[in-house]
Amino acid sequence: MKIIASFCLLFLSGLFVSAFGQDKALEESIKRGSEIYQDFCITCHMVNGEGVAGSFPPLAKSDFLMKNREKSIRAIKYGMQGEIIVNGNTYNRIMANLGLLESEVADVMNYITNSWGNTNDKIVTEAEVLEIKK
Amino acid sequence: MKKLLFIIPLVIITISACAQQTESSVKVEEPQAVNYTTELVVPDISIAWGLAFLPDGSMLITEKSGDLIHFKNGTKTIISGAPDVYVRGQGGFLDVKLHPDYENNGWIYFTYASSEGEGTGGNTALMRAKLSGNTLTNQEVLYKAGPNTTRGQHFGSRIAFDNDGYLYFSAGERGDRDTNPQDITRDNGKIYRLYDDGRIPEDNPFYNTPNAKKAIYSYGHRNPQGLVKHPVTGEIWEHEHGPQGGDEINIIKKGKNYGWPVISYGINYDGTSFTDITEKEGMEQPLFYWVPSIAPSGLAIVSSDKYPDWKGNVLAGSLKFAYLERLVLENNKVVKREKLFEGIGRLRNVVQAPDGYIYIAAEGKGIYKIIPN
Ligand code: HEC
Repeated sequence: MKIIASFCLLFLSGLFVSAFGQDKALEESIKRGSEIYQDFCITCHMVNGEGVAGSFPPLAKSDFLMKNREKSIRAIKYGMQGEIIVNGNTYNRIMANLGLLESEVADVMNYITNSWGNTNDKIVTEAEVLEIKK
Repeated sequence: MKKLLFIIPLVIITISACAQQTESSVKVEEPQAVNYTTELVVPDISIAWGLAFLPDGSMLITEKSGDLIHFKNGTKTIISGAPDVYVRGQGGFLDVKLHPDYENNGWIYFTYASSEGEGTGGNTALMRAKLSGNTLTNQEVLYKAGPNTTRGQHFGSRIAFDNDGYLYFSAGERGDRDTNPQDITRDNGKIYRLYDDGRIPEDNPFYNTPNAKKAIYSYGHRNPQGLVKHPVTGEIWEHEHGPQGGDEINIIKKGKNYGWPVISYGINYDGTSFTDITEKEGMEQPLFYWVPSIAPSGLAIVSSDKYPDWKGNVLAGSLKFAYLERLVLENNKVVKREKLFEGIGRLRNVVQAPDGYIYIAAEGKGIYKIIPN
């Protein structure tokens, strides 16, 4: 119960931080991305991006996500399979193709790279996602 | 300081909104001795959602990403003429089931996410077709739930036939919890009953209700991905995914309301609650509920002689915890639960084949056969 409550708090404070001081386009994209996240990602990567140990890698403070912009976009656009290392832990699982539109991939990237302690002020655009091939 | 004062009520609201849950009445245990092992019989399938056995023992497998695979003598062949599948989120190619009289009429039934019809996005559809060589022919779309939506969640779906030859299939509530499942004038969050040719039986429960979707047999469901005929009683048994906690096993009865989301043993993914009640008059209680959720995918009730230790038990795949759950029942009450083959992979399907063996589908691996040691 306590743990859940503190997660809720974290979540709220996360929303606060990301809502301030961003430029408008990014802010709007993050907002749309949050809905995509609730809809398509939360079941595996969980409510605070913490993932599930051994099964689903974290997105919160994920070195993989924050250092591999292109690979991350490719993963969300086409799915991902094979060995990867996230924060020192090895995963060798499957993320199936989620069937998102390019604009949705951009929005959810902007959301996950600006939530739960992650920050990224270089906005991901639909055009950038379009460029990235399998 | 002013800022802080502003946060205090928020904190209180947040804490009180985070709900507590009652765990399942029976806890899952490690197995004592398992007299069965698994053998990988169809390797290298990403998500093998549906599985049916043709009379020659070969398999028809629906792969979520859209392929219909015929597996015969160790070789996979892609069947052409399969339905156009809308692949997004939890949607894709779903179940496959043979007509009970397949040997004489050749009909094969499929459910899948489809973008046909009204609105952008997709929704669950039911098709029947015949197999001729490596091609499907005589395709007929028997039902298409609508309207379409771009939401990623809850398409279902499973297909089952009862002893009288009626066809049942499930469609999940498509991520529209507060609109679909309780409204019988809308599709989604429903179990449907049809004749095998797609006509709607005149004695369906809402056949004469104005504006109702007449194919509905039961409602108030979230996302049913297990549906089988009970091998002894002939009843249709179902299981469905709850949110966080609150997965259920139900026996499907004509016209009944299974309560989602008015009553539920589950809470939201963020720990907040959407309902305070778990029971209400006019709404069915589940036969069993899972808290925490196992994400049940695929359902079988063991009747074959190949597994004397398991006879009459319910088997449910756990997508979440990657094991096969065995539930022992007495008088329709769960008295024991066991984790089998832990670590085998995220399970998508469990089927008892005509040869009496049980087959399970694990994500990223393929199809395993369960064999006595
Ligand atoms: C069915 C479960 C599932 C869903 C749903 C899912 N993922 Fe993943 N995701 C995974 C798995 C498993 C991996 C690791 C794959 C591997 O081992 O190669 C992964 C990897 C990733 C990675 C790279 C690794 C990391 O942790 O930084 C990113 C970024 C990511 N997912 C983002 C998303 C986003 C955004 C969504 C929703 C649009 C999403 N995922 C939906 C299961 C899922």
